[in-house]
Amino acid sequence: MAIELKMPALSPTMEEGTLAKWLVKEGDTVASGDILAEIETDKATMEFEAVDEGTISKILIAEGTDNVKVGAVIALIAAEGEDASAPAPSPAPAAAAEPAPAPASAANSKEEAAEAIVPAKRATVSDPAIPEGTQMVGTTVREALRDAMAEEMRRDERVFVMGEEVAEYQGAYKVTQGLLEEFGARRVIDTPITEYGFAGIGAGAAMGGLRPVIEFMTFNFAMQAIDHIINSAAKTNYMSGGQMRCPVVFRGPNGAASRVGAQHSQNFGPWYASVPGLIVIAPYDAADAKGLLKAAIRTEDPVVFLENELVYGRTFDVPALEDHVLPIGKARIVREGSDVTIVSYSIGVGVALDAAEKLAAEGIDAEVVDLRTLRPLDTATVLESLKKTNRMIVVEEGWPVCSIASEICAVAMEQGFDDLDAPVLRVTNEDVPLPYAANLEKLALVDSARVIAAVKKVCYKG
Amino acid sequence: MVKTPAAKPVRKPPAKAEAKAPVLPEEGSNHPRPRTPGRFEASQEELMHFYKEMLLIRRFEERAGQLYGLGLIGGFCHLYIGQEAVAVGLQSALTPGKDSVITGYRDHGHMLAYGIDPKVIMAELTGRAAGISRGKGGSMHMFSTEHKFYGGHGIVGAQVPLGAGLAFGHKYSEDGGVCMAYFGDGAANQGQVYESFNMAALWKLPIIFVIENNGYAMGTKVSRSSAETEFYRRGDSFRIPGMQVNGMDVLEVRGAAEAALEYVRGGNGPLLMELKTYRYRGHSMSDPAKYRSREEVQNMRDNSDPIEAAKAELIRLGVSEDALKTIDKDIRAVVSEAADFAETSPEPDPSDLYTDVLVEQY
Repeated sequence: MAIELKMPALSPTMEEGTLAKWLVKEGDTVASGDILAEIETDKATMEFEAVDEGTISKILIAEGTDNVKVGAVIALIAAEGEDASAPAPSPAPAAAAEPAPAPASAANSKEEAAEAIVPAKRATVSDPAIPEGTQMVGTTVREALRDAMAEEMRRDERVFVMGEEVAEYQGAYKVTQGLLEEFGARRVIDTPITEYGFAGIGAGAAMGGLRPVIEFMTFNFAMQAIDHIINSAAKTNYMSGGQMRCPVVFRGPNGAASRVGAQHSQNFGPWYASVPGLIVIAPYDAADAKGLLKAAIRTEDPVVFLENELVYGRTFDVPALEDHVLPIGKARIVREGSDVTIVSYSIGVGVALDAAEKLAAEGIDAEVVDLRTLRPLDTATVLESLKKTNRMIVVEEGWPVCSIASEICAVAMEQGFDDLDAPVLRVTNEDVPLPYAANLEKLALVDSARVIAAVKKVCYKG
Repeated sequence: MVKTPAAKPVRKPPAKAEAKAPVLPEEGSNHPRPRTPGRFEASQEELMHFYKEMLLIRRFEERAGQLYGLGLIGGFCHLYIGQEAVAVGLQSALTPGKDSVITGYRDHGHMLAYGIDPKVIMAELTGRAAGISRGKGGSMHMFSTEHKFYGGHGIVGAQVPLGAGLAFGHKYSEDGGVCMAYFGDGAANQGQVYESFNMAALWKLPIIFVIENNGYAMGTKVSRSSAETEFYRRGDSFRIPGMQVNGMDVLEVRGAAEAALEYVRGGNGPLLMELKTYRYRGHSMSDPAKYRSREEVQNMRDNSDPIEAAKAELIRLGVSEDALKTIDKDIRAVVSEAADFAETSPEPDPSDLYTDVLVEQY
């Protein structure tokens, strides 16, 4: 049986090409690796190599022929011992050359598939009840984060903390204070200033079975390392068909601090929240910070855990429980209200609560929803609140364009349109790099006055 | 039509074709150094094993190239033809399941050299549900945690810190394993490689950095991309000793691997190996091959082919031509079976679109 040589696809997009030149003629003996022909594609002229050994028995497409379809038989090779002058079949595109058919009813199957995997558990997940009589302890967010790491390190030998100044310096923002003393240099590791490198080492260690907590001194520096967060950590489970996990936590302060200028003041929440395969958490108070960091360390998925420097020193009640773990992907109503919903996260929640108190004095009863997790987003809680109040604004310490606020607006339009009595408004930072001058910085950042103004607008008051 | 000028001078074959003794950094420092490796003294049986593995990679890759031409493999596809002795020589010295291996996108050979089933690799190339990544990774993104083969990474150089992370895990868990992290002469110019060198040396991580120097980063010749073209010296600033090895001789490679492993398993920290090798095919399937002459490639094929060299050595050891023909036939059958499997297995179910994004439910 003669071997059919078919017009090859020489690039991912090639459908046809020009058979520019034959470098062999009928009767020539060829071996694997010999160049048979030159083929011109839309991009370049390429060499076509022999894979099989034998004798060229027939050339079916003459050189200089244009528009030869990929898969068309262009020549025949007779294998050893075969009659090289065997009659040739007429050239035709072989069936094998057809690209494998796409799933026929893609749209339908997609819907079915989506239905099949909608996480039914979602609605039932809620914060575990805190037993009556549990002591509440005033704790700073900084301490709560440290406690979360320490508890998880005691619980699981695979957990370690790595980053710049996390050990001997006790943390650039003192979040890792005391960890070196308790766990030693094997598990609390100072790195050189080399974000790209140690983010990769963290992701690799997680792939190998450890539970790294990688601290970025701030998330501004994680931009140097974002390739490993996205390409190495977030995509691996999917690309490996579920075989290779990457249970790493990247954590550190995010967003504007105070008077540190544009390069040190950015909210990366929307960046990471746009990436499938990542979990993105951005808590506000100490109890959530603790409970969610513990959950982040335990989950099998890669987590970006966004803290806020300005909140580190604030004190909140934290339940004195042996194991305070909270569900990822669940928003929390931090203030109940009936007139308007204020959705926010991280430091924005503080701004929203402040505004809500002032609004209450003016007779407007605002409900404040803390998203806590930015991916997956708890749209159910947001929509439920909207159903109740029919008005919504989103408060975000970050830029307005392509923000979490934008996403919430889209969700409200797509899934809550009938519940809206007014357009959803975004209350965010100004759309500029953060300036240094005290007055300009203040002007650029979201504040309660702007929240109050937006609430009045959606309530058609004032 | 774009063509190479006809009157192109025949270039001298690159120096790497010549077999030469591994080179080590100069003596005299206090830093520990690996012993000078020798060529591995293989028994007929061992050499036969290496030959079969290299031949399997060669035939597998030839078939992959063919399937690409038929439109059955899509996207990017980077073949390992010519470089077989590197993966086979190095990985034959490792223990799958104990020592970890990580590489870039030219990964088919490293997987086959680690004993991973050709069928599930080929089925991944054709994007089928039976592929090792269930058809969701493709040529550049394949993994086998069972073998401790950690990919298969598409971003040039990213596998180097990931490999350092795997080595960190070996050390942290005290499991006695060593990580072998492969990258090319092109990736060797990425900054993250040197960040990894620094930390690996600082923390004495059990890792062998393997630079597969095939002479070209895509179409850019080493001399046009690299200020220091002797890649084994790239670790000098981090006090990482380097070896330069003839990557076209499987026994030289294996001999060097043993010396390297001895050094790294001895707790001395990382080691850098530069394997001088050559790829016969283009960088990927859509490589117009205009940056080197046909003569250069042919010269390497004719005079430095690792498989032909092993074959000649086997014949010298008394293996018959007939026996070698039978082996070739058997390997072709294995590859055909893999290709048939890859062509006939079903595509992933549409519902697989949504699976494996996250491990847990939230």
